[in-house]
Amino acid sequence: MKQKKEEAGLHNSLVYVRQHWQLYVCFLLPALALTIIFKYIPMGGILIAFQDYNPFKGILGSKWVGFKSFTRFLSSPDFMSYLVNTLKLSVYGLLWGFPVPIILAFLLNRIQSKGIKKKVQLMLYLPNFISVIVLCGIVRIFLSVTGPVNLLLGTQINFMTMPQAWRTIFIASGIWQGAGWGSIIYTAALANASQDLREAAVIDGANIFQQIKVVEWPAIKDVVIIQFILQAGNIMSIGFEKAYALQTDLNLASSEIISTYVYKQGLISGDFSFSTAVGLFNTIINVILLVSVNKIVARMNEGQGL
Amino acid sequence: MKQVKFSKYSTQDKILVGTGYALIGLFVLAIIVPVIYIIVASFMDPVTLQNKGITFDFSKWTLTAYERVMTNSQIWVGFKNAVIYSVVFTVVSVAVTLLCAYPMSREDFRGRKFFNVIFMITMFFGGGLIPTYLLISNLGLLDSMWAVILPGAFSVWNMTIARTYYRGIPQDLREAADVDGANELVFFFKILLPVCVPIIAVLALWQFVGMWNSYFDAMIYLNDSAKQPLQLVLRSILIQNQPEPGMIADMQSTAQRAQLAELLKYATIIISSLPLLVMYPFFQKYFDSGIMAGAVKG
Repeated sequence: MKQKKEEAGLHNSLVYVRQHWQLYVCFLLPALALTIIFKYIPMGGILIAFQDYNPFKGILGSKWVGFKSFTRFLSSPDFMSYLVNTLKLSVYGLLWGFPVPIILAFLLNRIQSKGIKKKVQLMLYLPNFISVIVLCGIVRIFLSVTGPVNLLLGTQINFMTMPQAWRTIFIASGIWQGAGWGSIIYTAALANASQDLREAAVIDGANIFQQIKVVEWPAIKDVVIIQFILQAGNIMSIGFEKAYALQTDLNLASSEIISTYVYKQGLISGDFSFSTAVGLFNTIINVILLVSVNKIVARMNEGQGL
Repeated sequence: MKQVKFSKYSTQDKILVGTGYALIGLFVLAIIVPVIYIIVASFMDPVTLQNKGITFDFSKWTLTAYERVMTNSQIWVGFKNAVIYSVVFTVVSVAVTLLCAYPMSREDFRGRKFFNVIFMITMFFGGGLIPTYLLISNLGLLDSMWAVILPGAFSVWNMTIARTYYRGIPQDLREAADVDGANELVFFFKILLPVCVPIIAVLALWQFVGMWNSYFDAMIYLNDSAKQPLQLVLRSILIQNQPEPGMIADMQSTAQRAQLAELLKYATIIISSLPLLVMYPFFQKYFDSGIMAGAVKG
């Protein structure tokens, strides 16, 4: 009986596919092909993390060495430093950077004139359209010994060579660039706040804090939670591009993070297996973080995670 | 949203809202002041700039920096490549994404859940730098523009956004099309796409800006200087302090060359950022609707 049902189901599926072949061939196939080639085949390439990979011999011809690369990385004296640099950069970045767009959205929401609000938003979005290279170029020029910041302070401090200043520079410039753009999502959510509720609150004489608590916060709460999970889950995949562009030889003590290390080991030193192992380590931690953050938030939020 | 008139706030609220306006004003200033500084600095002469910073003495402004940057061929090669890569990437990427989102948006699509899992996995797990590099190399794509275009062309995230957008479109459209006996492709191009302009505009802008502003893939896959996009040229000038020799070669002393190189950075920043900064305000009306479509799904 059950088998018959399955056969019928399979038959139905075949009929469906034959009738709707366009959906598979014209619509789905290009994306599926790109995904398999450029995402899944490299996943197979992770095998070289367990080899002493030799590019001339390929995966099939190279020697298997088990977890050698992993133990080498985990036992190297620099391991803790790179891990801590990565974690500090992204955790501090999240803690400082996450609230700013939300605050901006609340503030924008209080601007009375639509025209002024639009103009302010346009200004706030501007830095988002500057490239990483140009942003880091600006940061380097402004903070250089002869740059405007030193001219203004009357000092000659070379900020870019100071490991203790590096994270602040990275995070502050990130907020400068991204907070305005990041506020869009909250502004859009605030626009959906209930009118009636708001009018009722005003008639009841609610002050601004009470209005935010009753009207505005409920309107954006879900978006805030989703954004938090997404950003917290990506803690280990903090961007290579900006960190690398802000590195100098003298600030490496805090600016060398796992992704820049993977790049240098792999493509500059040519240590393919080791670099792949370090990258895999990073990815796995990221997946674990994402799952845990999602679980924790779900528990705090009455079972509602992603 | 209807707003309460400022004059109707209580005193405490007035102080609060006033502080809020001040905060937002400060943020706007923090954006405008550096931008103005860079614009003015690009017109200065190198010696004054280094010793005194910028001045608003217009009579002494010069266009030297712009002449030197704009007569440099490498900048133009970079511009040309950046335009080609960004346009091709945007077209390929938006096409693949919009197409894929259509079956994935349909409840009746057989295999939807399976394909969804296949796609979602790639958002959280991947081969990483070296395996991807080896693949590109084995495919013979090193020093080819497809190396920077194809690997990132399909974005699962953008696909889910487009899918959510499709689902928000009234079913009547679909039913009307069925009556006419339109097939899927005709329905998609003739009926669905024309009502999806806001989401297409947003996705196109994101992809264009993303490609225009990135440098990592180009740095690892494109070594031939004739193929390098603008951001890599900028990287040598702004980050590595290595302007094209021709730009500063006529200066006598090392100090003069260093001063001039510093000045050229400002003009380079302006010239290279101008295209996007002129373009994005035209897309502003699409930002909210596009991003909201993504937010609903989350």
